Amino acid sequence: MTEPEVWEALAEVEDPEIPVISVVDLGVVRAVEVGDGHVHVEFTPTFLGCPALETMRRQMAEKIEELGAEADIEVILDDSWSTDRITPAGREKLREAGFAPPAPRTAGPPRLVQLQAAAFRCPYCGSSDTALENIFGPTPCRSLRYCRGCRQPFEQFKTI
Amino acid sequence: MNERELLLQIADDELVLGWRNSEWTGIAPMLEEDVAFSSIAQNEIGHARAIYQLLAEDADTLAFDRRPDEYECTQLVELRLVPDWARTIARHVLYEAADELRIAALKSSQDDAVAGLAAKIDREEVYHRMHAQMWADRLGNEPRFREALEELSPHAVAVLPEDLRPALAERVHLEIPSNTVLQGLERGGHTDEWPELWAEMTEVRRSVPGAAW
Repeated sequence: MTEPEVWEALAEVEDPEIPVISVVDLGVVRAVEVGDGHVHVEFTPTFLGCPALETMRRQMAEKIEELGAEADIEVILDDSWSTDRITPAGREKLREAGFAPPAPRTAGPPRLVQLQAAAFRCPYCGSSDTALENIFGPTPCRSLRYCRGCRQPFEQFKTI
Repeated sequence: MNERELLLQIADDELVLGWRNSEWTGIAPMLEEDVAFSSIAQNEIGHARAIYQLLAEDADTLAFDRRPDEYECTQLVELRLVPDWARTIARHVLYEAADELRIAALKSSQDDAVAGLAAKIDREEVYHRMHAQMWADRLGNEPRFREALEELSPHAVAVLPEDLRPALAERVHLEIPSNTVLQGLERGGHTDEWPELWAEMTEVRRSVPGAAW
């Protein structure tokens, strides 16, 4: 078994809460190491309280076991993951499914006035005339916004 | 205080505050806040879990298998504040301000695992601080909110180790209370509400020891 084969298998593991995007597109697989009958994966959670974490970990292990190797999925609890690690393909898949992809990180932490500004683009109609409805949403990684253009509420990925 | 002790204090605070915040699920004054407090609760409990994992093999053992007097949580997080929204927001504002200071201190830890985790927690907490700030601006000079801030300020000072207290006083414009007042609020002492909360929090674990979710 080769590293590219493992990456290919992991690309089939979906985020259980946003099934349009894989763990690879989400950028949470930090490293893959193939040994003798054994695969070591470094996995970085998005948010520490994300309830999908264990499911993703189990599904990754299952995919690797299907390839005939033992899997060791190590959860890395540091700040090496950020929303900037979502791949361009991943961002496009999010947008198509009605989730506005995260804004790129800036030098300082995001600020409330930035979220309240009408600079975020609606994933449905492309208008940037959108307003913050709630900093929090159905999962830790998302906020809720409202598009004044097409009068649709939508989910905006938080930048972290 | 060594770093391990500080980590356990933070983890216990986050676990208990997460529990208290989740008490708003379903009954917050508006739907947005139902979602917000549930989400914040989920984050806080996630932070507790991650820190417990640094400290022990199994997070649940630390979270649920201790006697009530073995928890290090601060009294501010133990208070049951539903259905009082003004006091809930006052605690939120004060706690987030205190928490930011100690997490910032841990970001420069010599231990890479601690510094890395603190940096991650800090990035998530940015959104809690925004939410607290939004409500502080909204409630402004409402008398009930001001009274709640005054009432809970001494508790907020007791959240932090002594060296970080002056920075908190400066940030939220409060005075550091006298030693006599602080004495009753320091860690190690618990509120009257704590035994009941502990019993509720650990009930499932105690009834089926070793159960997996």
